[in-house]
Parts: sequence; C-alpha cells; structure tokens
Amino acid sequence: METTARKKRKAFVEEHTCVACGCCVKVCPMKAIQIWKGTVAKVDQTTCVGCGKCARECPASVIEIREVTV
Amino acid sequence: MKKHWHDYLWILSLTYLLLGFFNILFAWLGLLCFFIPLLFAGIGGNKGYCNRYCGRGQLFGLLGGRFGLSRKKDVPGWMKSKGFRYGFLIFFFIMFFQMLWNTYLVFAGAKSLGQAVTLLWTFKLPWHWAYHGTLFHAGVAQFAFGFYSVMLTSTVLGFFTMLLFKPRSWCVYCPMGTMTQLICKLKNKEVQ
Repeated sequence: METTARKKRKAFVEEHTCVACGCCVKVCPMKAIQIWKGTVAKVDQTTCVGCGKCARECPASVIEIREVTV
Repeated sequence: MKKHWHDYLWILSLTYLLLGFFNILFAWLGLLCFFIPLLFAGIGGNKGYCNRYCGRGQLFGLLGGRFGLSRKKDVPGWMKSKGFRYGFLIFFFIMFFQMLWNTYLVFAGAKSLGQAVTLLWTFKLPWHWAYHGTLFHAGVAQFAFGFYSVMLTSTVLGFFTMLLFKPRSWCVYCPMGTMTQLICKLKNKEVQ
C-alpha cells in the first residue's frame, strides 16, 4: 500500500535567543508550548497545529512557523 | 480563553505607579517584583513569575494589544542579543547599587534627603508632594524615591518599546527576566 506524505504547519523556537517569557504559552489554543525549566520554550510537535498565534505574540520574534512533511 | 485571577495583576502594577504619585513610601512594595521572581527561580528553578504573575508585562500586553497602541513590529536583532541583554542587566545593577549607596549616605547623615524621582537615570523630576514626613528615618524615604525611580524608568522604557515594537518587548530585555533565566540555566546545569 502506498502512503502519501502530507505537509503540516508547526511552530519552531529559535532556542538560543528565546527569553522564556511565556507569552507564547498563554496564547496557544492547544496548550502545546511549555517553558522548560525557566530556560526556553518547547513546542510539543504532536499537539501543535501551526496556527501561528505564538509566533505573532512572541516579543522576541523567535518562533517560526514551518511546513513539515509528516 | 478562560481568565484566571493572575491575569488581572496588571491592576496592581498600575495601582503601584499611582500610589507612588501620592505617597512615595508605597514604593517599597515594588520589592515584591524583585524578590518573588528570584524566589521562583532560586527555589523552583522556573520563571513562574514572568510566565504568569508579572503585572507589568500584562499591562504592556493590554496597552499594546487590546488598546492597539503598539506597532507590533519585530524588535531589532541587537535588542535580543545576549550582549545587550546581559549588558543592560549589568548596567541596571550598577545603577541600582548607586541608588543603594545614596540611601546609605542619607542613613549615615552624610547627605540630605532628595525629594526627587530620577527618570532614565538622568532627569530629576520634582516629587516632593509624595513625601509627607515619616516616623522612620529619612533614609527610608530616600530608598523609596530611588526605588520608585527604578520602577518608573523601567515602565517608561517598556512603554516606548511597547509602542515601537511588540507589546511585551520589555520582556526581551527586562533585567529581572534575564537574571531569572540565567539563574534557571545555572540551576539546571547543576541538576544535569
């Protein structure tokens, strides 16, 4: 059986410049983002739907929405 | 999204600024914004204060977001660089210790009480109406004037970057945010 690759949008955090303020956590409708030990925002890629709310909210603009093949 | 009690802490931040306009001694309450984040970071190893309870961040978010005062543009690259963030933290520390030194001089009787608020570390604003004498030493009031200066200066800076860039741009270079993130990083290195 042939499987077809699909493209989905996901949020990616530029970890070395993230200030861990948590603004993204507040706006995520899927609760897919967490601040990991006060250091960096981490996105749960399985829950993220790539809506882009976090990217718009991020004051440091370090979140990017990319298309990934799943 | 469901609102929690801590989503309204911006009211406290605004009240704090207003109270300092009427009685400078209320400025002492601002120490909570220093110690609570440090406790979160030092004991809990997290940035719970920034993430949930920072009223100032909420205030900027409200003014820039709901009230539409922000241009919502990206902050320039240098502003989120480690060099600027840590440099600003060091600068803030130096100015903070200078304020503590001033307070010490008043306590020691080497200097008289300056009833002024220093904005952006430069501009002395008359603020005598907020001082009504006190049962305590004049040094207590000197610290209040100094601390209120720190709080007002950071609010003004945050307000301007809120207008120019994204609503919560202050969070990018907030010295408390930088310091607590640094503590968390060091703490997590310890754990690993």
